[in-house]
Amino acid sequence: MKLEMRDSPGQLVAALKPISDVGGNIIAVIHQREPERDHDTLSVQIVLELPEGKRDKLIKLLKEQGVHVQRIGEKRLLFKRTVILIGHLMHTDLSDTVDRIDSTGFAEVSDLAMSMPAVNDRSSSRITIRAVSKKDMASAMTILRQVARQKSLLLVEPLEDTA
Amino acid sequence: MKIALLGLGSVGRGVAEMVDKKDLGITITAVADSKSGYMDPAGVDIPSLLARKKKTGHCGDTGITVADIIKKATYDALVEVSPTNALTGEPSTEYIRAALGRKKHVVTSNKGPVSLAGKDLRALARKKGVAFRYEATVAGAIPVMHLLEHGLSGNEILSISGVLNGTCNYILTRMADEGLTYDQALLEAREMGYAEADPTYDVQGIDAAIKLVILTNAIWDTGKKLADVERTGIDLLTADALRLAEEDGCTIRLIAESCPKTHVLRVSPRILSKNHPLVVEGTLNALTLTTDMAKEITLIGRGAGSVETASAIIGDLLYIRDQYARRA
Ligand SMILES: NC(=O)c1ccc[n+]([C@@H]2O[C@H](COP(=O)([O-])OP(=O)(O)OC[C@H]3O[C@@H](n4cnc5c(N)ncnc54)[C@H](OP(=O)(O)O)[C@@H]3O)[C@@H](O)[C@H]2O)c1
Repeated sequence: MKLEMRDSPGQLVAALKPISDVGGNIIAVIHQREPERDHDTLSVQIVLELPEGKRDKLIKLLKEQGVHVQRIGEKRLLFKRTVILIGHLMHTDLSDTVDRIDSTGFAEVSDLAMSMPAVNDRSSSRITIRAVSKKDMASAMTILRQVARQKSLLLVEPLEDTA
Repeated sequence: MKIALLGLGSVGRGVAEMVDKKDLGITITAVADSKSGYMDPAGVDIPSLLARKKKTGHCGDTGITVADIIKKATYDALVEVSPTNALTGEPSTEYIRAALGRKKHVVTSNKGPVSLAGKDLRALARKKGVAFRYEATVAGAIPVMHLLEHGLSGNEILSISGVLNGTCNYILTRMADEGLTYDQALLEAREMGYAEADPTYDVQGIDAAIKLVILTNAIWDTGKKLADVERTGIDLLTADALRLAEEDGCTIRLIAESCPKTHVLRVSPRILSKNHPLVVEGTLNALTLTTDMAKEITLIGRGAGSVETASAIIGDLLYIRDQYARRA
């Protein structure tokens, strides 16, 4: 997400602590002149990554710090797809399966629920994948299909896309 | 209208019973089963036919063959309701060819001939100036072929997707509702008479794939075959998988999909939101047609059953009678 605030003294510093408190990760701090506005002031943009569901908490903390947030632009991992994988998930290294998605950099496994049946039975898991664009999601799904084929896992996909 | 009935099993009996019970203007003039045949140009007495079949296992005289009936009996339309041979389509394809060759209309519920030789048979019927109709082959009682030909004529059909196998849908419904394992639900489906002793054809999605091929070729005339369908069955699904879907407000159904534009021709278990229109219960079938003008249309109904399937066959017969009477 992107936070935008006036670059008045102390504002930037005050913003940093709440971000680290909620486990956020600052990617870039950009100072910008805004010609259409007051010529003498700068605005500052903070580009950061936030864990799921921490947005409201961060805004609250920033307010408490007296930071005036002008604009919040969100570029969330917009596309979500939940699939079910069935098979010998542990024997076939589930964390590697998840890694193959996470390591793409454009998609990630945001949720994983799993059943634990008797040792030699096939297990089932529900995996939610998020990606920024439809195209990235399609690439992630292609990877997952390949992995499922390699590992002889049954991949059950949703019939429809969910945004 | 005079009909010759080839097969007196579940579907054949349903047709005979409805012809007897309802005033449809249809007369059965010939019947055959696997071992015998019976002809009466004045009209077969249906109650005694059904009683005879029940008592002796034969519908008529063992000296009368199917070939005799097709070639010699007096009839306007052949109703071909013998068992499906998904690999060769025989002997039914030959029966149908012979009847069309005699300029007789043919109505069938048999997926073998339609999926394997549909194009040829349609062409032969056209050449002979008769009808070849097969509403009952796909989704039982649901009149999808009639809808495509008439109600939606003028529409471009963009894609179809649906639940085309009642046995799989029953198994998945029971797994979801009762937490049964696949094996338990299959056993129950067998006890209820919904699954065959060898369930392969249903649970591996072959039956749904054949129906998908029939629909696809009927709509787009693309000459698809069973081998062209990307197919995954339901036999490897777990009760846990259904529970995990359920926790997310979803369920799993075996979905057949065809969309020429995206080159999709597929039968596979899929996750659907529980309020999705294709999520139907028990042995029901459902089908969504997406078109340029009408957009989505979803049909839900019984995909099998004696009288239900007879409904589709009788619909075809009466349509033929009306069409050809008007033309004559
Ligand atoms: N049941 C349904 O709900 C349903 C729904 C849609 C489509 N269908 C299709 O409709 C067809 C009939 O199904 P069904 O359930 O009625 O099957 P069924 O109960 O097994 O009956 C088949 C009938 O065909 C007869 N027969 C077998 N071989 C024959 C041959 N070579 N020539 C003439 N008759 C022959 C059998 O004779 P015997 O009586 O001597 O054994 C029997 O009377 C199948 O192709 C099936 O796939 C069925």
